[in-house]
Amino acid sequence: MAEYLIKNGFVFDPVLGIRGDKADIAIKDGKIVETTAVKSPKVIDAAGKTVMAGGVDIHAHVAGPKVNVGRNFRPEDKLFGYKPKSGIERMQGGFSVPTTIRTGYNYARMGYTTVMEAAMPPLYARHTHEEMRDTPILDQGAYPVFGNNWFVLEYLKNHEIENTAAYIAWLLRATKGYAVKVVNPGGTEAWGWGLNCENVHDPVPYFDITPAQIIKGLIEANEYLGLPHSMHMHANNLGNPGNYTTTLDSFRLSEGIKPNSKFGRDQVMHHTHVQFHSYGGDSWANVDSRAKEIMDYVNSHDNITIDMGQVTLDETTTMTADGPFEHHLTELNHLKWANVDVELETGSGVVPYVYSPGIKVCAIQWCIGLELALLAKDPMRIFMTTDHPNAGPFIRYPRIMKWLMSQDARNQQFDAFKHKDKVIEATNLAGIDRELGLYEIAQMTRAGPAKSLGLAHMYGGLAPGLEADVAVFDFNPNEPYAPDDIEKAFSSAEHLFKTGVQVIVDHEIASNGNKRTLWVNAKVNENPQVMRDVKEKFLRYYTVTLNNYEVAGHHYVPNPYVIEVDATQ
Amino acid sequence: MTKTVTDVICPFCGTLCDDLEVVVSDDGKELHEVYNACAIGAEKFLHSQAKDRITRPRMRQEDGTWKEISYDEAVEYTARMLADAKKPLMYGWSSTNCEAQSIGSEIGEAVGAVMDNTATVCHGTSLIAVQDIGIPSCTLGEVKNRADRILFWGCNPAHAHPRHMSRYSIFPRGFFTGKGHKGRKVIVVDPRPTDTASLADIHLQIEQGHDYELLDALRVAFKGEKLPDFVGGIPKEKIYEVAETLKSGRFAIIFFGMGVTQSIGKNHNIDEAIAVTRDLNEYTKAAIMPMRGHYNVTGSGQVWGWQFGFPFAVDLSRGFARYNPGETTSNDLLRRDEVDAVFVLGSDPGAHFPFSSVKKIYDRPSVAIDPHETPTTEVCKVHVPVAFVGVEVGGCAYRMDNVPIETRKVVEPPEGMMTDEEFLQRVLARVKEIKGV
Repeated sequence: MAEYLIKNGFVFDPVLGIRGDKADIAIKDGKIVETTAVKSPKVIDAAGKTVMAGGVDIHAHVAGPKVNVGRNFRPEDKLFGYKPKSGIERMQGGFSVPTTIRTGYNYARMGYTTVMEAAMPPLYARHTHEEMRDTPILDQGAYPVFGNNWFVLEYLKNHEIENTAAYIAWLLRATKGYAVKVVNPGGTEAWGWGLNCENVHDPVPYFDITPAQIIKGLIEANEYLGLPHSMHMHANNLGNPGNYTTTLDSFRLSEGIKPNSKFGRDQVMHHTHVQFHSYGGDSWANVDSRAKEIMDYVNSHDNITIDMGQVTLDETTTMTADGPFEHHLTELNHLKWANVDVELETGSGVVPYVYSPGIKVCAIQWCIGLELALLAKDPMRIFMTTDHPNAGPFIRYPRIMKWLMSQDARNQQFDAFKHKDKVIEATNLAGIDRELGLYEIAQMTRAGPAKSLGLAHMYGGLAPGLEADVAVFDFNPNEPYAPDDIEKAFSSAEHLFKTGVQVIVDHEIASNGNKRTLWVNAKVNENPQVMRDVKEKFLRYYTVTLNNYEVAGHHYVPNPYVIEVDATQ
Repeated sequence: MTKTVTDVICPFCGTLCDDLEVVVSDDGKELHEVYNACAIGAEKFLHSQAKDRITRPRMRQEDGTWKEISYDEAVEYTARMLADAKKPLMYGWSSTNCEAQSIGSEIGEAVGAVMDNTATVCHGTSLIAVQDIGIPSCTLGEVKNRADRILFWGCNPAHAHPRHMSRYSIFPRGFFTGKGHKGRKVIVVDPRPTDTASLADIHLQIEQGHDYELLDALRVAFKGEKLPDFVGGIPKEKIYEVAETLKSGRFAIIFFGMGVTQSIGKNHNIDEAIAVTRDLNEYTKAAIMPMRGHYNVTGSGQVWGWQFGFPFAVDLSRGFARYNPGETTSNDLLRRDEVDAVFVLGSDPGAHFPFSSVKKIYDRPSVAIDPHETPTTEVCKVHVPVAFVGVEVGGCAYRMDNVPIETRKVVEPPEGMMTDEEFLQRVLARVKEIKGV
């Protein structure tokens, strides 16, 4: 493979602790190496530019059945901006739910190289893998959902952690999944009957268990296995006024549990899209921000990481395995509604949504996301996301950077709100003058998520030995700039390397890369009871046979990267 | 000696039964018996053993006779035809695997084709309705485990999806449905007294073409509002009774077929059927599902969804994807003389399109890729026989509830035969050479 030397850029790297100093980055055989290790490299002149590791997105909905429902049921999402095939680039369309091909290219343009699909229904794992296979450039993994799975509900009712862990290991292998995802624990199973679980102590119909038991049990099973990532949580009561107490109740379930993982993470729970879980008040008339209460907890408990779920004030397509929430949403906005309940496993819903600056609640949501990030004491534990496409499309990350880095940019947005005064009253953001720097942005978009995922040995930094995922942006942090310059520069990387392959040259896509699918193979001791239960359930209640369940075969995972975990001791 | 292959997937209909057992000879060349399949599915497997099967490509001569050609020549003809055409139609895709569909998309993109599948003449209207109003649905296992109210509207699974009722909808005992069919109420809406209707607790023998009115009447009845004495020939008392039956269930499911997608009203009927389902969710839990025909018509809609953003009728001729059913749909294009070459794979428009469309296919450069001799192969210029997907080659297929299942290879194809995937790969490579990309 070609050798590269990226010379004289302003480097921002939390792994090496470089805060914008000039440094050279060398690439050889797909890895970052010492600059002395390259003999006759191709030199990239990065003088006056910003150099960072490839971005890592810990939570986005970019592949799988509900994403494709979003594409297929919204032709209007493709009305503008369809891009013809050109050179090595294939045809691309879609805004809030882009085609797989556009997904890969657009992430690359923002300097991102690793993206995790945040919710994979196990029965639809093949579909998720087929879409990831057809997404160019990016390394990807997918989190199968566990929080409403009948096996998990039945084991955890009796607190059978070892059996839960053995089942998780089996399902990760069967689906080629990466981590334990939990969405509205118990609530989505209740949705099978049109019901919900709105707080952590609501009983799940029939199963005689509560969300609290599911959450705690899955954290314990996750640590029993020592998986690279922690349990990945979307709590009950999403999107409802007053829900911050449910969020704090969920956080508290992790108290006293220490991480048991050889992959370097410090957290036992990653709570996702916290913006949607930080509301006060008791109706949409008096909803207000409780970001401060949430961040007080997060700042004082180092075994939790979170991501933002930042509202970007766009028209978008919401989609989640939280089936009852999407029904609630369609009742609210009366737009079209898709729903799929998945036997024994999970459910999902999809509803279009418009976050309008003219609507008070949308503006409050916008404030809350930014408050979470700006109140964070440790940017290594809070990550930039939009819960794509739920709070907005991922292509807005550079705009979020602008808001985080510039109080002026935030004030401009406040001035554009129809109900500016009411919004300021209901939130804390107007009183926050903090402006983040690029080093903190690199923590929130690279080093932090990589560490939380247990992938700090591969991604998130520029230390020798890491994967050669490097982005060069046409942005000089030492010259004066306007807020919009940030958005512009970080929307279009000048150069991008993915595992040593230069995929963007002078802002143009030059290669479809050699994308990989990450999955976790956890070895556990033989567990005849769990295997008997699996056989029994497939025979009686599933509609596919056990032998037709596992994702196997080259055409689903053509370029796998398997992370081995040994939990047999 | 023989061996038995278990967990085989049936590549006939959208039910995609995956519990078949197939007995094959020890060398894997001959297929002897098929167990657990319905009559149609079993016949599909056994048909691959036909002694008079065509195993080499053939080209029609001027006098109407066929001349055997090599696969190389077939690839060359197909690639040239597609590359030279201004706007070729690439139709079908419903009886092949997703891998072949995916390569087909790449060819379509390279030559600026119109990509359309069999939904264009069956559930395309349902897809349009979903774009209007969405769709609350579920997997078939949810029906098996939870549903106690089953409504079949304009479909006749007893004949078209023969194992649907025993595997998923009427008879099986599931987790919350331990009494099987005794715990379920079955309603059939059909102007005909079908074999499915004979199993129903309530058969609404609707007057033909009045589906929209009756669906609308149900929505009125849910709210307890006034109805006229008869709607679509059904007395109002019966309509109130059905509305009450649906509302009083714990989990209701509506299955609908071409009797309602292709009768008067088309997509508007499905809009209303989905609205009925949405309304029911105010009172209980309800879902709705189209009875998809071909075993992988759903898959082609999925593949095009993630590659282009549209499930059928995708016009790539201007270099970007356009979608406008009525304009970019196969029959409209053919009858308006808008396509100048026709490529068919994995379906039989010769048997199912109007004669005026079939004649247009006959008039143009045309290729049919199909393991069988069909009315389509008889009107095309070149016929390329290929291995049977799901019998002689595996690959991914999507069930009617969008669940993807890997079909299995059970026997060897006749020696020297190509698969869809191999043939399309060769055509793609040749198209790229011709186009210089």
